[in-house]
Amino acid sequence: MLHTIIKKNSYQDSVNLMLLTNAVSVIEGINKIQIMMGTPANKDIFKGAGLYTDELEKAEANDMCIVLDTDNEDKIDEVLAAVDDYLKNQSISKSGSEFETVRTFDRAMKALPDANLAVISVPGSSAAIEADKALDNGLNVFMFSDNVSFEDERRLKEKAHDKGLLVMGPDCGTGIISSIPIAFTNVVKEGKIGIVGASGTGIQEVTTIIDRLGEGVVHAIGTGGRDLSDKVGAITMMDAIRALENHNQTEVITIISKPPAKEVRDRVVQLLRSLSKPVVTIFLGEKPEQHEGNVYQAYTLEETARISVDLAKGNDIKEDYNNFETSVEGVELKPEQTAIKGLYSGGTLAYEAATLISDALNLGKGNGGAEGFVLQANGHEVADLGDDVYTQGKPHPMIDPETRVKFMEKAAEDEKTAVILFDVVLGYGSHEDMAGALLPAIQRIKSNVESQGRQVHFVGTVCGTEQDPQSYKEQREKLVQAGVILRDSNNQAVRTALSIIGLSVEDVKKQRVEYTGTSSNEDLSISPQIDKLINSKPVIINIGLKSFTDSVVKFGGRVVQYDWRPIAGGNERMQKILSLLK
Amino acid sequence: MKYQSIDEANRAVLDSIVGSSPFLVDVVPAKSVISELNNGKVILHAGPPIKWDDMTGPMQGSCIGASLFEGWAETEEEAEKMLANGEVEFIPCHHVNAVGPMGGITTANFPVFVVENRSEGNEAYCIMNEGIGKVLRFGAYSKEVIDRLNWMRDVLGPTLSKAIKLKGDGLNLNVMIAKAVTMGDEFHQRNIAASLIFLKEVAPLIVQLDMDDKDQKDVMQFLADTDQFFLNVMMATSKAVMDGARKIQDGTVVTAMCRNGKDFGIRISGMGDQWFTAPVNTPQGLFFTGYSQEDANSDIGDSAITETIGVGGMAMIAAPGVTRFVGAGGFDDALSTSNEMMEICIDQNPNFTVPTWDFQGTCLGIDARKVVETGITPVINTGIAHKQAGVGQIGAGTVRAPLACFEKAIEAYAEKLGLI
Repeated sequence: MLHTIIKKNSYQDSVNLMLLTNAVSVIEGINKIQIMMGTPANKDIFKGAGLYTDELEKAEANDMCIVLDTDNEDKIDEVLAAVDDYLKNQSISKSGSEFETVRTFDRAMKALPDANLAVISVPGSSAAIEADKALDNGLNVFMFSDNVSFEDERRLKEKAHDKGLLVMGPDCGTGIISSIPIAFTNVVKEGKIGIVGASGTGIQEVTTIIDRLGEGVVHAIGTGGRDLSDKVGAITMMDAIRALENHNQTEVITIISKPPAKEVRDRVVQLLRSLSKPVVTIFLGEKPEQHEGNVYQAYTLEETARISVDLAKGNDIKEDYNNFETSVEGVELKPEQTAIKGLYSGGTLAYEAATLISDALNLGKGNGGAEGFVLQANGHEVADLGDDVYTQGKPHPMIDPETRVKFMEKAAEDEKTAVILFDVVLGYGSHEDMAGALLPAIQRIKSNVESQGRQVHFVGTVCGTEQDPQSYKEQREKLVQAGVILRDSNNQAVRTALSIIGLSVEDVKKQRVEYTGTSSNEDLSISPQIDKLINSKPVIINIGLKSFTDSVVKFGGRVVQYDWRPIAGGNERMQKILSLLK
Repeated sequence: MKYQSIDEANRAVLDSIVGSSPFLVDVVPAKSVISELNNGKVILHAGPPIKWDDMTGPMQGSCIGASLFEGWAETEEEAEKMLANGEVEFIPCHHVNAVGPMGGITTANFPVFVVENRSEGNEAYCIMNEGIGKVLRFGAYSKEVIDRLNWMRDVLGPTLSKAIKLKGDGLNLNVMIAKAVTMGDEFHQRNIAASLIFLKEVAPLIVQLDMDDKDQKDVMQFLADTDQFFLNVMMATSKAVMDGARKIQDGTVVTAMCRNGKDFGIRISGMGDQWFTAPVNTPQGLFFTGYSQEDANSDIGDSAITETIGVGGMAMIAAPGVTRFVGAGGFDDALSTSNEMMEICIDQNPNFTVPTWDFQGTCLGIDARKVVETGITPVINTGIAHKQAGVGQIGAGTVRAPLACFEKAIEAYAEKLGLI
């Protein structure tokens, strides 16, 4: 049966009333409802819908007319209440986004005309195109993307250098620019140490140790892993070193890299010798025997951090930083249990573990095994589970515990395994609770092997700071509760693992000697653009992964999100036509 | 190509749009300005060319109504037979300097607005808005509809013609549009401010006319009641401006968008009169009670000429009053709609600044290249017709132009330039 309610002099526009009609028509027990202003045209629409009643005749243009068809008269009050409620709450409260989202580079530049850094995380085949656009628009580039060709990398870096800009990456996972963490990065206090690194987790390990020792970092500039190859020639690293030399707040410069090509190494070191600031270097895998002039040489990432902090604090440099406890009480091993299985999410941490284990075993260099393993020797294995081999179609092990849990189970099945060595890397981009995610597996594995009458020792380290989105303290507590032997650095964890199987690394006690070689007159000046990059908060165009905006917004940077999609939806013919119609 | 680059050609097209000078100069019978309408039975329709058999319900209904209005037939059956047997010639409005809303059906004796673009010296025409409810443009052809058309022909049209002529120079449309955009119109779904400005301009003129009291009152009442009256003026204006600009026969600026219920057609500056078509989409939106998405006719009408010059859906942000058509959203959605449309446009029109957009100009110059590159297609605000002839409007909402039109257009242009 039809019921009519006329609300006199109650004007609402037609769109509102259509939305309102939709909203109340879902009330149960109502066959049909129409709410409109009482204009002649609308009365015809009531007729068309079979909802015309005599009461509508008297309604005028400014009267709201509600006609409902229901068999239950009680519903009328419910509808009226719903109508009143709707009209009262019309404003759609929606939290305004802290940044604009655009779909083209042009729009991004219009949204932030003073942008000076493009963070690129689009698929590798398109990353170079976006990097070119960024450089053409005068932006520095942070290339998270990998699978960029050597040719493109070199070309982009030369182009950037000529324009006075910096290309960080490709495959640059980590960076801190003017105290803003970018991509997979820890939250590190500000301080006097500046870092240039060709290795992602190397930067993370060093910066987090620095932070926990009470010093800090303003810039940690990633260069991408191939920057120091002879094909690229350390273009970015050298420009970044010059940048830090010119950055007033930075008093100590720390360089992290795998061993570079010899010529490239010589060129970089020559530049370092010409600096006015003390420098700490680590070329992972090299075991230096002394410090020379202003260049302090470290063997482990922890030592790198500790020397840097002592320099920054004006402390004396120790000849050895490895005087910590490595022994573990109550270790019971069967005679066949002689192997360490290192299962890492951080590539550089895996590399450091492999270096130290090889050193303890006197293996010399080149003990990498099958793809994805940085070490396979005498039953010892160190796997970089972030390697492409393991991440095809699967999330990175810093985000997803699955691959690592599988490897842990497999390692525990091996009766030779004495120690499972692993890392938990915190920071932006990483799993919100990796310790919690690994914990059930660790407990299950431990009780499984115990039921077989064995013990497998889990030795771990957490790479993170108290300021990270995940709580460093809680992550550690969870691991300790699960029975993990926890160490403060990867270096300490590896040495603890070695000590469990009765091995140790012999360290060199290093002295500082004056540099007596020839020195060169290096040009240490920097471009105005790089000066701006290191002396103000970056203004960022984030191309690709939206989550990278989180840390930028949180730490006071300005950012515009460019939701990148393949040109012409990936239609190759259209891409070709578009390129011809430039 | 006359220009150094496509960008430069596009800039020339944009300069013509920004420099345009449209004036409403008269309301006249269509046959007096469109000579094709004098050669036997001719019906103009919306969109790219289409045959009777391919027309959807509303357009066929409009054709029947127009046949009754012109006296070509006495009954619906007679009209339908005549239309089906090929006695009537169909021409797209766009081919004769005209545009028409929804079915776009226009015949000899419809009164049309005459808009003169003084910067380029060309004219464009559009029939007048009949109001809402049972109206010809949505395919209705009842006696009420035909009676109204007769009245518009005999009273409304001649009255407005005389009133506008009292003005001497005609009505300066850029000024009226600029005012209305600051009052919350986007000129496709919402024209109430512009319609009131129009009434404000013509009311003092109409009251000066020596005419029948009842007719005078009826005209004033009709103009006061018809919220969308200015839409058809805006369409003629948009057509006059874009036709002036597309004298430049280079570049990739979209110069027309229209729909005939079957196909969506676009033109780009570099390809002159050629249409690039693809099957139309069906609008999504809000429906009057008793109707649903299933009843909706596919996209139809020449009114997307308003989006072509950067208003309508492109200017969603200008019209907070209609923003909720974009979905269940509010102001933020309207903002992101207009921001998204800027991704495919070359510039912004300084003549029409939008207060709710921080006084940025309306979108200017849809670049077909950018549409293909981003996959973002123009959004169109539109009324929704019932798919059966005669039912009329059942809702309103938004619809997107199909991407394939733009792909075909740039491919043809690349061929014309000898690039492929």
